[in-house]
Amino acid sequence: MKRKYWFNSIATILAAGCIVPLVMSASGCGSSEAAIASPTGISPQKFADAVHSVMMADRTVYATHVVTNLKKQSAPVKAEEYWEDTPNSIPLPAQMFRMGASLVDENPNAGFSYGLRSKWPLNEQNHPKSEFETKALDYVAEHPGENFYGEEELGGKKYFVAAYPDRAVAEACWSCHNEHPNRGDTYPEFAKDDVMGGVIVRIPL
Amino acid sequence: MSKLNQNRWQSALLFVAINVGVACYLGYALLAPASPVKGLLLPGKTTHGHYQIELDCNACHASDMTFAQDACIRCHSEELKLASDTHPASKFNDPINAERLQVLNAQDCLTCHTEHRPEHTHSMGVSLPLDYCWHCHQDVAQTRPSHEGMTFDSCGNTGCHNYHDNTSLYEKFLDTHYGESDLLEARSVQARDFSMRWQKSHPDRKQFEFDQADHGIEVREREDALEPILEEWATTAHAAGGVNCSDCHRTVDEDVVSKEVPWSDEVSLETCGNCHPGEVESFQLGRHGMRLAASMSPMQPSMARLPMHVDASHRELTCNACHSDHDFNSQKAAVDACLGCHNDSHSNSYSKSSHAELWRLELAGELPSGQGVSCATCHMPRTIVDGKVLVNHNQSASLRPIEKMIRSVCENCHGLQFSLDSLADPNLSLNCYSTSPEMRVESVEMAHRWFLEKELKRQGRKQQEPSIVPNLK
Repeated sequence: MKRKYWFNSIATILAAGCIVPLVMSASGCGSSEAAIASPTGISPQKFADAVHSVMMADRTVYATHVVTNLKKQSAPVKAEEYWEDTPNSIPLPAQMFRMGASLVDENPNAGFSYGLRSKWPLNEQNHPKSEFETKALDYVAEHPGENFYGEEELGGKKYFVAAYPDRAVAEACWSCHNEHPNRGDTYPEFAKDDVMGGVIVRIPL
Repeated sequence: MSKLNQNRWQSALLFVAINVGVACYLGYALLAPASPVKGLLLPGKTTHGHYQIELDCNACHASDMTFAQDACIRCHSEELKLASDTHPASKFNDPINAERLQVLNAQDCLTCHTEHRPEHTHSMGVSLPLDYCWHCHQDVAQTRPSHEGMTFDSCGNTGCHNYHDNTSLYEKFLDTHYGESDLLEARSVQARDFSMRWQKSHPDRKQFEFDQADHGIEVREREDALEPILEEWATTAHAAGGVNCSDCHRTVDEDVVSKEVPWSDEVSLETCGNCHPGEVESFQLGRHGMRLAASMSPMQPSMARLPMHVDASHRELTCNACHSDHDFNSQKAAVDACLGCHNDSHSNSYSKSSHAELWRLELAGELPSGQGVSCATCHMPRTIVDGKVLVNHNQSASLRPIEKMIRSVCENCHGLQFSLDSLADPNLSLNCYSTSPEMRVESVEMAHRWFLEKELKRQGRKQQEPSIVPNLK
């Protein structure tokens, strides 16, 4: 009897060990589920969470303490989409975020990549570009407060992918999006804390 | 030995000798520095942008003759940066583009610009079929209905898009400049500021007169030749700016001018660069100076593929080719120097153009400085770099692609639509823009319509009840 118990326990552990990564690689999972373990050192999920927190902190500071502050002061300098050709202008927070992602892409030692995606992008380039990204954006929009983690294979290489909800943090974000000429007919009317899209972080495995 | 055998031996020896000779010649060609002997090794004609340095194999190839991946970047990276490259290689480092890269490797310059294949090479050195945009943008009509039915080989050759540089073609720029008249009210190029900057940074330098020249005993002995030289020098900006003979003829660098340094009749490119670094640097990036940048002999008109005047065949293109030794007359350098060598339809039509007429009026003092249009006005545009006006001596820079000329040149005087139409009309390039364009580039109107429609929709939405628009909450 005792032998059978141990056999069943071992079988259960082995099955779980096989099934959990399979499920995660096929479909990804929410933040409540187990993180992918790393044999040594920091796990990809921990790393993704850490870099994401830095990205968000920087962008929130830029959006609230630079862009919104300039607006409040009616300063002659303002955030503007076509800032490169407009005197007295600075990039929009989303552009600042994308510029950072481009610099990381240029850095061969960065070891990861990230980007903004949305189901309702004002810039066509920010549409979800893979099945995984679409699923991840749906998940973070439908599960407030949760992230989405999983694995994805692109060009024959495996990646750990983390998707984080991108929320409307400053009034300047949603008012600009809601007013933007590029928004489509079915574009949602965004308000504070709405999930406007997602931040995708990819780490090669 | 029979006569027959003797003949066979002689033939065999001759055969071996010829082969050894050919092998030695090829071996020498392989190891020799850049020189015509290397022409034997060229696998095919190079493009118009690289033939000047094609005999310096190592300009692009590693020692084992494989292509050195950074060769393109070495010469073109700054240019791509300034152009806000629309398709930088780093953009494709994002793994989401991995599958696209398998179709078209946009991280390798050679995917689109393979050298030595003249039979497959289009303008701008593109060696790929011209409908390459299709690979990634085949669904463009879904978001841009105005593009429905357009062929993919028309994206880049009708004045609408470029792969790298769209600074004068992107939608907001087009819309901002919509409706501009062909000829703008204010028409003038940026005034040069070098003299002013020089005087500011060298307050101790005062104007020199004819008899204050500090040439040494070496040239004093050549009295007959000296006087006209000094007369020329005394009237130039050099004398006015307190630049004496020894500043150019006895110099190590700008700060080290010494009587101890031996007199040199020749003034090197580096010496000019001590005071004019931007001009010298940009000169070496262009077709006139790129051989010097590759440590080769100076370019000569006889090497050119464009038609040149025979009597100019062996002029060497250094600073002195356009700025004569002691008479640094930039007005002569701006037209006469160019037409002294170039003998093609575009150059020969210049004197009959309205641009040339304006230039003649400026020279006659009937127009303010900066309103005449010389060869240099268009091909050596004045740009502001770090707050300084730089005369870009890379005359190829504003030609690749030709729409680059819009911001740096055309829009000083002309509206965007007129500029785009003119640049897209191949006949105007031949007649040096002497007639009105007969082509119409549609992109300005398309962009304007697009923004207008978006704005009308936006206004319509604002008038709607908020409940009609779906709310996420």
